[in-house]
Formats: sequence, structure tokens, C-alpha cells
Amino acid sequence: MTTSTVAETAAPAPRRFSRTSPSLLLVVAMGAFLVLSAVRTFTGGYDLTSSGTVAAGLSAAVPIGLAGLGGLWAERSGVVNIGLEGMMILGTWGCGFLGYNHGPWAGLLFGTLLGAAGGLIHAIATVTFGVDHIISGVAINIIAPGLALYLTKVTFAHYEGGGQKQSPPINDAKAITLPFSHWLHTIEDKHWFAVSDLAGLIGGVTTRLSLVTLLAVLVLVGSGWILWRTAFGLRLRSCGEAPYAAESLGVNVYKYKYIAVVVSGAMAGLGGSALAISAHQFRDGQTGGRGFIGLAALIFGNWRPGSLAAGAGLFGYTDAIQLRSSAAVHALLLLMAIALALIAVWQWRTGQRTIAVVALVIAVLSVLWFADTKKVPDELVGTTPYVVTILVLALASQRLRMPKADGKVYRRGEGH
Amino acid sequence: MTSRDDGTGPASQVRIRAGLVNRLRQRYPLRSVLLGFAAPIGAILFAALASSAILSLGGHSPGDVFQTMFKQAGKPTPFVDMVNQAMVYYLSAVAVSIGFRMNLFNIGVEGQYSLAALGAAYVGGQLTGGGPLHIVAEVVVAVLVGAAWAGIAGVLKVYRGVSEVISTIMLNAIAVGLGSYLLHKLGQSSGNNIQTKPISSSGQFPGISYSGTHSKIFGFLIVAVVLGFAYWFIAGRTRFGFRIRVTGLNEEAAVASGVNVKRMTLVAMLLSGGVAGLVGLPELLGQTHTFSQTAQSGLGFAGIAIALLGRNSPIGMALAAVLWSFLGKSANQLDFIGVPREIAAIMQGVILLSVVIAYELVRRYRLVLQQKDVAAQLATGEPTERDAPSAPVVTA
Repeated sequence: MTTSTVAETAAPAPRRFSRTSPSLLLVVAMGAFLVLSAVRTFTGGYDLTSSGTVAAGLSAAVPIGLAGLGGLWAERSGVVNIGLEGMMILGTWGCGFLGYNHGPWAGLLFGTLLGAAGGLIHAIATVTFGVDHIISGVAINIIAPGLALYLTKVTFAHYEGGGQKQSPPINDAKAITLPFSHWLHTIEDKHWFAVSDLAGLIGGVTTRLSLVTLLAVLVLVGSGWILWRTAFGLRLRSCGEAPYAAESLGVNVYKYKYIAVVVSGAMAGLGGSALAISAHQFRDGQTGGRGFIGLAALIFGNWRPGSLAAGAGLFGYTDAIQLRSSAAVHALLLLMAIALALIAVWQWRTGQRTIAVVALVIAVLSVLWFADTKKVPDELVGTTPYVVTILVLALASQRLRMPKADGKVYRRGEGH
Repeated sequence: MTSRDDGTGPASQVRIRAGLVNRLRQRYPLRSVLLGFAAPIGAILFAALASSAILSLGGHSPGDVFQTMFKQAGKPTPFVDMVNQAMVYYLSAVAVSIGFRMNLFNIGVEGQYSLAALGAAYVGGQLTGGGPLHIVAEVVVAVLVGAAWAGIAGVLKVYRGVSEVISTIMLNAIAVGLGSYLLHKLGQSSGNNIQTKPISSSGQFPGISYSGTHSKIFGFLIVAVVLGFAYWFIAGRTRFGFRIRVTGLNEEAAVASGVNVKRMTLVAMLLSGGVAGLVGLPELLGQTHTFSQTAQSGLGFAGIAIALLGRNSPIGMALAAVLWSFLGKSANQLDFIGVPREIAAIMQGVILLSVVIAYELVRRYRLVLQQKDVAAQLATGEPTERDAPSAPVVTA
């Protein structure tokens, strides 16, 4: 996506990042795929690369990715938005409210609007009144679930299919299936090394692909394009890097921050709507912290759309695996050990000896755990995405750099 | 005052009183005091207005709602309930605010206290006898588990530069899975619920009776009060507390003055987690005596809000905890008059938001007034009476 094509940031960063070349990225991706395929063949954890897992992972990644994208818009303009979770909840409720009798798209639109309204509140508090960004976000996270439940009880609670904590069912959004996908399934079922895995990968993406997912991909690409390829985006990002410098060049920082935060809320609302549509209704507690996970994906992705999407994909994938099969999670232990061993080798070579040893120790423990047991305990299976994230953040050296003025209160004319 | 004056005659007493009043007026000018109260009161009024508007839109009478809530709070049993809840909120807020003092955002109180309560419940259930040492053992285990879980985030932050916001969010999610795994391993089933072995009487914290109800105020109140004092003393009166604050306010200045920022970060995180470990104990040691899946959740997030509302001050957080608990508990009664109790959550959030907005507005207004004072001072060439004469005119 935009990872390899991004232009420079507005303010020169003290340390420039070497952008990974597309060909290197391709080699790494292919290597990862072959390892995945080998582990799948060896362990028989077929769900590691089955089309079902890929499809489920993709739809699980969509709300997380959209929340992260919401974070990207806000934080690139210098406003931390920890209220994403609340705005997502507003989105799920809005989608449920209009979705059950006007169809998923009306619901989606209304959910997005409600999310944007949440963003507007955050913008008023943080930009106009200069309130600490975290406080405002926490307040929104408190108000939103309360408001959603309150509104549920005074609106659709007594309709057919509705309840004190849920909306009546929403119809499914249209999904598309490409014509060749059925023989991909045939290949997939042969369980051939690499070939079947590739078929599963492509099959998962081309079978019953929801239009909502497609929309999310468009929004992601569009956001990357607007933020990094247009003058508007450059100005918006300059507000997040050096607002007073932007101000001195005639940029209306307040305006850009307002736009960014409202769009941020809209993205979170869209993510919430996608969640409600894929669950066919609004339910209390449906978001389950996905707004926070989106924020994690954003940081994981170094405040860039492409790597953010990769982070969301990782979450979605591990989430899908743990839902689908415990054999696959068991196989994931081995996969994790291989990845950690590779990290260990790499860190050793870059001189990070301690990290390398720690990574190796965890890798050995994972192998022992894999060999010693038949399956991972059910309760621990659900923690997979979080453990993987912590390990990646802790062990793979990442030079994360957030926008320079991120989270700082800006007041016009006060830059001394 | 003259040197002959022995300070006992009626005249001199009047003079002393006048002197005291003057000193107080100099130190706390009326305007400044009024402005200080304007923010929280204005915010609560605004929150009342906003929630009234929402209630009216939903077809409910705001008057009835507020009346029901206040009436409920006055009854003995709900009152005790409210005190107990406020205590728990307070512990959580203190844990969060220790991090805040150093610009560390410990979202992980949630996971820290749930694992800590599980650990304390397990150890408490295994032990028998031992008198007060039984309780001490439980508290120590809770503090250690909470600190250890927070310590992971601390180590990651210090040695790997991993944002504690992210790592604690992840650790919260992992704590949920790990907690339920450990509960199945260590617990025993009772009915269709799994719980740890009940704590015997020596490990239970005696409660305080309250007239008119059988419910007792958790004896852990004493610990919370002591903790509040300790927090006030350490944060405001010791070199350690000063270092923590300096590091939070200006890291470069802290480094320049010889503070080991890495170590302080780790220590602050461990302290925050240790206090977070206490959050589950009032309920565990005072009421349930066993840990199960039904233990209260969400206390960590409430703690964040309360620490923010109370601006990290021990007294402020206590007031905020009481307010939070009042809104939450008294709203339970609203279901009986057909009003969704979630209106309380809306009120809580609106209060939090409007309090901080009000503080900000007052701060800006003060600045304007001070500028005017300075201007007047410069024009006439003498100090003005309107503000404290010795107050510094330059503000950050």
C-alpha cells in the first residue's frame, strides 16, 4: 500500500528512516509465507492458512484497522484520541438504530455520523478549550457506552428482536464471490505444501468478500493518499509536527485539527458500524476494547497507514485463528518460536545481545510448550493477539516516532 | 504588635484575629478563592443541566430522577454501599495518579488488581490461623502481584521504549485470560461457579458497623485513609516525591539535576502497580472472602477518571471518588421509576469533561485578570490591592 511510497514528513525528523524497498518487502513476505506453509504442513493445523481463517481474519481486522485509521487522522494533526473506543460504540449503536429497518448502508452512514459527532465533542474540548487530550478521551469513553445503553432502552428495546442491551437484527451487507473461488477451495482441500496455502489465502479474500471490507480498504488507501499526497494532508500533518511553524506559514491550525478529529471520529464510527453489520445487530459491549487495539495497531504501525493495516491484519488473523481452531493455535506456538529464533539471530547480529538471548529463551520455551502439550488451554487461547503484540514490540527493534507535537495543547499565538 | 503585649488581653486577641484574617486574605485573596470554587460548582451545574436535557428528551422528569437519587443515598444500606465503593475507587485512583505524577499512563490497573486479588484470595485460602499475619500475608501478596504485573510494562518501557499505554492495554487483555486460566487451575467449583478456597476468619478484615443496617463498612477504609496520608506526604513532602514530580514535569531538568529517570520510571510503575494490587482487597477481605469470575470489574478505568477529576490531589481524589460512587450507586434505584440507570454514566462523563473545561476557562480568566493587574500596577507605579501583593505576576 502506501508504505513504500510515502513522502517525507512535514518537519525534518532528527533521524530519517530507511524506507524498506518493495522487493525486500516481497522477499520477506514470501519467506514468511513459506514458513507458515511449512508449519501448517508439519503440524496439521490446517486452519493456519485456510480460506475460512483468512476471511474471518480479514473481517476481524476491518474494525480494528478503521479505529487505527481514526487514530492516525487525529494524531497526525497532533490530537491524541483515546476516545476511539467510545466513538466506535456510538457507531455500533447508530448502525443498529437505523440498520434494522433501513438496511445496513443507512445504518453504516448513521453510525459514521454519530462517530463524527463524538469526534466533534473531542475537538471542541481539546482544540477550542485546550483540555488535556487524554481526559477528554476518557470522558468520551465513559459517556458513550452509557449513552448507547440509555438510548437503547428508550428507543428499540421493545421492538421485535430488540432487547435491553441489543438492537433488532440488521440485514447483511452485500458480499461478492469471484467465479474461480470454488476451485481454489478444491486445491486448498488437497493440503499440498505452499500451493494449497496460497489457494487458501486467495480463496479467503475472494469468497464472500463483504462490500464493507472493500469500503474499508478504499478508506485506508484514500486516507493514505490524502494525508501524504495532497497539500491538505501536508498542512494537516504539519499541525501535528510543528503547529506554531504551521501557524507562521498561514495554516489555520484550529481548522485542520477540527477536521482531523471529526474525521477520526467518523472512521471509528465506521469501524463500529462494520462491527455491528458483521454481527448482524448492535449489542452492548460489542466493541470489546477494539478502539484501544486500534490505537495499539496505530503505534505498532509507526503512525503510517500501510504498517497500521499490517498491525490490524495481525490482530485480525490471530483473533480469527483462536476463534476457529485450537489445533491452529497450538501450531502457532511453533510459528512463534521460529519467528522469535529469527529475531534472535537478527538482534544478535545487530549487537543487541541481551534481546537476542531473551528472544531465544522464549523461543525455546515455546517449542517445549508445543512438544509437551496437545493443545493450548482454552482460556489462554484468547490472549494470542495480545501476547504476539507485546513480543513484537518488545523484541523486534522498532524505531517508533510519533508526530512531534502529538498530544500537546496548542493555542494560537502562544508559540514562544 | 508591640513587644509588651503578652497576647492574652481582649484587645490583643482582636488584633491577632485581625492579623490572621489579613494574612489569610493575603494568602488566599477572596477573588482567587471564589474562582477556585467556580470551576467545580459550575461544572456540576452544567452536568446537571446536560443530563436534564437528555432525560427530558427521553421523556423522563429530571426532578424525579434527582430526587430519587438523593433519597436513595440517604438510606443506611445504600449509604454503606456507597462508602465501600468510594473506597475502592479511591485506591484505584491513587494507583493511577502515582503514574500520572510521572507522566506515566497506567491503563493497566484493571489487569493488575484482578490478578492481585486472585493471588491474595488463593494464598489467603491456603493459610489458616496466624492472626493478623494472615491479613498481612494477603496484602503483601496482592501488592507484589500488582507490582509484578505493572513491572512488566515498566521494564518494557525502560529497556525497550515500549509505550506503557500499549503494553498495559495488552497486559489487561492477557490478565483476563490468565486470570480465568489460573482460577480454573487453583479454584474449586461451587455450584456452577468456580472460586478460590474461602478465606478463614483470621484472614478476613473486620468491618465497621453502621446504625440502621446489617451491611458493614469495609475495615479496609483504614488502609485507604493511611494510604491517602502516605501519598500526600511522600508526593508533597519528600525528596523522592519531588523527584517523581520533576521527572514528570520536565525530564531534561530532572536528568540535569541528577535524577536517574529510568530507575524512577520503573519505581513509579512498580508503586502504581503495588497500590493497584490493593484495589480488589476491600471486597475480597471484607465481604466475599473468595475470588470468582463475578468479582467487580472496570474499577481500573473508573480510577483513571477519578484521578483526572481529583487532579491527583489526595483530597480531590477522595471527593471525586465519593461523587462517582454516589452517582453510580444511587442510580440503581432509577430502574424502579422506569429511567435507565445508564444516565449515571452519562452524568459521570459529562462532569469529568465539564470540570476540566471549567478549570481551563478559570485558568485563562485568571491570566487575563493578572495581566490587567500588572498593567494597572505599572500605570500607577504602586502595588494594587486586588490580588495578593507578593504573588508572582509571571505565570507559566
